[in-house]
Amino acid sequence: MVNYIIRRFLILPFILFGVTVLVFSMIMMLGPYQRLSTYINDPAQLKGQDMDELVSKYGLDDPWYEQYGRWIGGVLQGDFGWSESAGQPVTEAIFSRFPATLELALFAVIPVVMGGIWLGVLSAVHHNQKFDHIIRIVSTVGWSFPTFVFGLMVLMVFYGVLGWFPPGRLGADAAAIVRSAEFIQYTGLNVLDGILNLEFGVVVDSFRHLIGPIVTLAIVWWSYILRITRSSMLETLRKDYIRTARAKGVAEKFVINKHARRNALIPVVTVAGPMVLGLLGGVVIVESVFGYRGIGQYAAQAAQQLDYSGILGVAMYFSFLLILINLIVDVSYAVIDPRIRLE
Amino acid sequence: MEWKEILGRLLTNKLSLFGLIIILFFVLVAVFAPFLAPPRSPEDAYEIPRAGWQVEPQPPREGYPFGTAQGSYDIFYGMVWGTRTAFRIGVIVVGLSSFIGISIGTISAYYGGKIDEFFMRITDVFMSIPFLVAAMVLTTILGKGLDNVMIALVTFGWMSTARLMRSQVLEIKNEEFVQASIALGAKDHRIIFKHIIANCIFPVLIQAFMRMGSMVITASALSFLGVGAPEGYADWGQMITFARDWILGGQGSALKYWYTVVIPGAAIMFFSLSWNLLGDAFRDILDPKLK
Repeated sequence: MVNYIIRRFLILPFILFGVTVLVFSMIMMLGPYQRLSTYINDPAQLKGQDMDELVSKYGLDDPWYEQYGRWIGGVLQGDFGWSESAGQPVTEAIFSRFPATLELALFAVIPVVMGGIWLGVLSAVHHNQKFDHIIRIVSTVGWSFPTFVFGLMVLMVFYGVLGWFPPGRLGADAAAIVRSAEFIQYTGLNVLDGILNLEFGVVVDSFRHLIGPIVTLAIVWWSYILRITRSSMLETLRKDYIRTARAKGVAEKFVINKHARRNALIPVVTVAGPMVLGLLGGVVIVESVFGYRGIGQYAAQAAQQLDYSGILGVAMYFSFLLILINLIVDVSYAVIDPRIRLE
Repeated sequence: MEWKEILGRLLTNKLSLFGLIIILFFVLVAVFAPFLAPPRSPEDAYEIPRAGWQVEPQPPREGYPFGTAQGSYDIFYGMVWGTRTAFRIGVIVVGLSSFIGISIGTISAYYGGKIDEFFMRITDVFMSIPFLVAAMVLTTILGKGLDNVMIALVTFGWMSTARLMRSQVLEIKNEEFVQASIALGAKDHRIIFKHIIANCIFPVLIQAFMRMGSMVITASALSFLGVGAPEGYADWGQMITFARDWILGGQGSALKYWYTVVIPGAAIMFFSLSWNLLGDAFRDILDPKLK
């Protein structure tokens, strides 16, 4: 296991380097003038100079490896350039929106994982019965539903018709409380801060705004986890040790909950990687559908306004996050499942 | 298992039959698009005609069976020609990315060692940027337009096939019949094409079915996010973009403009659903124990 984990850490620098090269090669597809915004931190730096002067000042016609060196030097210091669409440096723009996206992701992951596993196990236990068939059909339809269409329909029905779940992140009243001087923003997560400040109006209002995006994100990934859990559980239920347990007269409830489910959940850990990958893409769509001011909505806005440094910065931060999470998943998988260590 | 037998089972399974019927329906719509919705000028068939200059969507009526979207774009026309766009995106993107994935996966697993290490690390790198975000960045940089969307989707869409193919080939490489032909001195390309690819292709095919739907969804999501098809181009995602500002309805009824979302939304959903059903049924046939 130690070897596996060491090997996993050894390829980490290569992957990080590879991602920066990949992103940089996309930057190099832009013309020198368009690339400029990824090198400056303040539009004031552009004032009073003509373009050719700026190009040579920032070395934008140097050979690509010199440019890469200069660019990566900035990136390592958290310098991703000036974001035109946000009107602030890219890193600032991303970090100011980070709590919003984190809050959404945290609240989405819980129902997805819990609900998906629960339904997947139920579906496997009722294999080929009516319940199983219904779950299978619903999850296939859920998996086929485009996130943005589903989100728009949620808005249409639950906001347009019923008025329950408005778009945005906070209503006007709650936003006023959050912005006021007495309200201390401990974490930037409105639900948590609301509880800590004993402002339960803020908590309720945050949830009203979160439910639409959460349900929309959940519906796709819930289908995904459900399918993996179901097939893993079906496979486990056919194992000899399960037959032994049943033959011994162990109650069916214990066979399912203690003997089978634990082992069936091991492969489910591996879907955490793809799920995070999908959620990071999903927040872009969901946040822009619901006008929820997070990193995803920023990415979409940057792309629409051709704010290259903004969208590239989001891509870099998202991939760092993804690499980190994949590392955690792989290592914990090696710890949980002894079989993987042999590879 | 033979092709005939697989086809026979696909036709007897209720769900996959349903999937096949939907696909057939979309194929017919795509083929007969010029008759269903005759273009005003044959050169710009993908340009959605406008009924007038009204900004507000108008409900279904004579001549416009699905109504008109924001900017008086004819929804029926957009749906019919959008079917062609969907197939074009699906077939080209899935075809090209599967080809790249199959090649890289096969070469990696067959030759192993340093070559394997090299290709797999490249695969890891490409998988380290979230797919939708990566596609968004590349489309933004290359500029709006469906061709660029397809380039972006292929560039970041081959990795799952490569990994799947690699694991398949690794498994089959040690089978006796492959070892036998290596021992007999068969040439690499003969072993790869005759024995390995022919025996590994089914799981990749299943995956390709599933990806038909998801690629079309992603392409339409890019259009929806404003980096895909240019305005007025017959594309399902574009039709949803037209609906975006009207989903809350207007005076009198919150669901006043339902047709602008529900019709194109249903098309994308059914398109993706049909491929998923087919892929599911295919998998059940090949691996019945997980049914």
